[in-house]
Amino acid sequence: MKKVIMGNHALSYGAMLSRVQVISAYPITPQTQVVELLSEMCASKVLEAQFIKVESEHSAMAALIGAALAGARTFTATSAQGLALMHELLHWASGARLPIVMGNINRAMAPGWSIWSDQNDSLSQRDTGWMQFYCANNQEVLDSVIQAYKVAERFFIPAMIILDAFSLSHTYEVVDVPDQALVDAYLPPFKPAFRLTPDEPHAFGGLTSPDHYFELRYKLQKAMEKVPEAVEETGREYEKLFGRYLGAVEAHRLDDAEIILVTSGTAGSTARVAVDQLREKGLAVGNLRIRLFRPFPFHLVRRLLSRAKKVAVVDRNISYGHHGIFYQEIKSALYGFSSIPIFGFIAGLGGRDITPETFAEIIDYTLSHDTPEAEIVWIGVKK
Amino acid sequence: MKGKRRKAEKIIFHSEREMPMAPMSIGSMTFNLTGAWRNIRPVIDLDNCLQCGICWKFCPDAAILIENEYPVIDYDYCKGCGLCAEECPTKCITMEEEIK
Amino acid sequence: MKKPRTMKLSLPLEEYMNPGHLACQGCGATLAMRYVLKALGQKTVLCIPACCWSVIDGPFPYSSLDVPIFHCAFETAAASASGVKAGLEMVGDKETTVVAWAGDGGTFDIGLQALSGAAERNDNIIYVCYDNEAYMNTGIQRSSATPYGAWTTTTPVKHFKDQPKKDIVAIMAAHCIPYVATASVAYPEDLYRKMKKAKDIKGTRFFHIFAPCPSGWKSRPEDTIKLARLAVQTCYFPLYEIEWGEKYTLNIKPKEKKPVVEYLRLQGRFSHLTEKEINLIQAEVDRKWERLLRLCGQAEERPAQQK
Repeated sequence: MKKVIMGNHALSYGAMLSRVQVISAYPITPQTQVVELLSEMCASKVLEAQFIKVESEHSAMAALIGAALAGARTFTATSAQGLALMHELLHWASGARLPIVMGNINRAMAPGWSIWSDQNDSLSQRDTGWMQFYCANNQEVLDSVIQAYKVAERFFIPAMIILDAFSLSHTYEVVDVPDQALVDAYLPPFKPAFRLTPDEPHAFGGLTSPDHYFELRYKLQKAMEKVPEAVEETGREYEKLFGRYLGAVEAHRLDDAEIILVTSGTAGSTARVAVDQLREKGLAVGNLRIRLFRPFPFHLVRRLLSRAKKVAVVDRNISYGHHGIFYQEIKSALYGFSSIPIFGFIAGLGGRDITPETFAEIIDYTLSHDTPEAEIVWIGVKK
Repeated sequence: MKGKRRKAEKIIFHSEREMPMAPMSIGSMTFNLTGAWRNIRPVIDLDNCLQCGICWKFCPDAAILIENEYPVIDYDYCKGCGLCAEECPTKCITMEEEIK
Repeated sequence: MKKPRTMKLSLPLEEYMNPGHLACQGCGATLAMRYVLKALGQKTVLCIPACCWSVIDGPFPYSSLDVPIFHCAFETAAASASGVKAGLEMVGDKETTVVAWAGDGGTFDIGLQALSGAAERNDNIIYVCYDNEAYMNTGIQRSSATPYGAWTTTTPVKHFKDQPKKDIVAIMAAHCIPYVATASVAYPEDLYRKMKKAKDIKGTRFFHIFAPCPSGWKSRPEDTIKLARLAVQTCYFPLYEIEWGEKYTLNIKPKEKKPVVEYLRLQGRFSHLTEKEINLIQAEVDRKWERLLRLCGQAEERPAQQK
């Protein structure tokens, strides 16, 4: 059924349709609508779930780890400071192989207080062993929650569904909210591989010596490596039932592109518009939007980018003391596979708007330079 | 759990494939014979034992079993802490030097 | 060979804690666990944050308890337990008792926020704090449960802990949860009775269990029970219950209140105390005992000269 809903509510509907059983969340702008709608859904029994109204994000993730260990399907949402507060437990969830799904609204890290879009919060968590999906529109958000449970519960790896603050979280779009029966056909109930039960007592997370820790982490990585292909596979399965495809990346006009933009989030959908505008002007440009960032889709990135003459990566984040994070990862993925020049642009930190004009400037720079003058080209900073 | 205890086996993994997916216990600590920690060992004089159960009650290692209505020290696990001897109302438990 | 009469044990024979665990000789924390599990039985799940029991239980891939354990992050005992309880209920298990089992550090300090949160929500869990009065697992550093006068590695003798012990029981009573109780490993029948009572109560239940630690208190391993008994007999650690934050019930009223020095002098961590400092401790014990008696409706009439 088609509804006009905001991005945050797409997360709520996704969780509801996935029949989550335990939700534990703490409010933070701009996530609040996610949990408010879920609260209503639980209260009116539209969703049969327990909602633990915890007193901090750290407790939110702790409660979900407990609930997931007990064998329940779990969900939460947060942003920036809240995500950072959960950091210790993000490592815990992945190390414990728990398929928790969480919505994260990309919001700039304080200080000073910012509620606007910036990717540093989620990218700071890229090493914690969680899958990361960067979404560009509300439909994708809803679909991604459901697909994330499918993949997470297959490999026992937690997943983050990431939305830009306001430009995605608070924007209203038409979304096809599928029938529960159709979602049930796609996503069966959670079957835990292990759980807390007095019938078969185990101790989870005890002292693990150097004799054992290494192998346990090896297993997590090996499972992660199977995910990119599984995401594509599950995307095709989803398409058969729901009529829409989502893969690890979204390729737009790459075939004959001389310059390929690499983008993520809503900037990625703005880039699509910009590409069409620039194509009108006769420029051979294309856009590769990275949806699955962790695990990194090496295979696809190498195949799709090596056709171009130049690559222009646009980061709405920065790793201080280094460069934009997507830039670093694209460079490292292409090393040994392609020697085309890679340009790194940083734009939109702290919610500074990224528009088609931003991309025009980026393409302009890329066209007029054989190689970048520096590894960071700042777009829009008042220098 | 009455009478004789079952002792678990030590677990050795030869490959990651033998290990559980998550850090989850699959065996019991009873393989670990903590009796080796002792320097002194309790010896019960059953003739003066009141069968009150206090020694059994206060053992932090559950290393005192009840057999035929009398307490029996499980020397595989007894760490020699001396609580049983200290709390025995008739002082019929003595701590003796452990002969290794 | 005399004919044995049947032994009448004051606690059930069944053990849920196996030997082979890694506790020090004479450990009070293991006694607490042993008694609590006897009261709660097989259908129990424990959430154990970083504390001595994280290590006592044994390393991966072993465990020494016959009930499931979630070794959770340090400050999360209460939140983890709330989550486990919700999860179990949602997968159809409404019977299993979920217990947060934390030390004093994980309760009084780093875990206090989560505990207060769970108590305010009245989540259906039993929270047990076994109190050995310092961060023992990491090597005897002070916590807010460390009493006035104690040596620890971070309150060395030249600057021993000069703040009083945080009154965790008063804090929990202020949340008006259905049940709060203190207990001591020297009185296992009392602990057993209260835990059995708590098992059938819905809502947040809190236990503060006094668990001596020979390693950290510098006491003899064989004195653990004596210390836990003296703590009660000197009224240093009284045994009482509080229901709904209002109804106080005193469980043990010593016929003769022993001087606290009898308790202190068995522990190396107090050996540096001067007579003046011991008197301060005694005065504090007396004050708090009088206050507790009033709350329990058992305040005594005292002749003027006894002051």
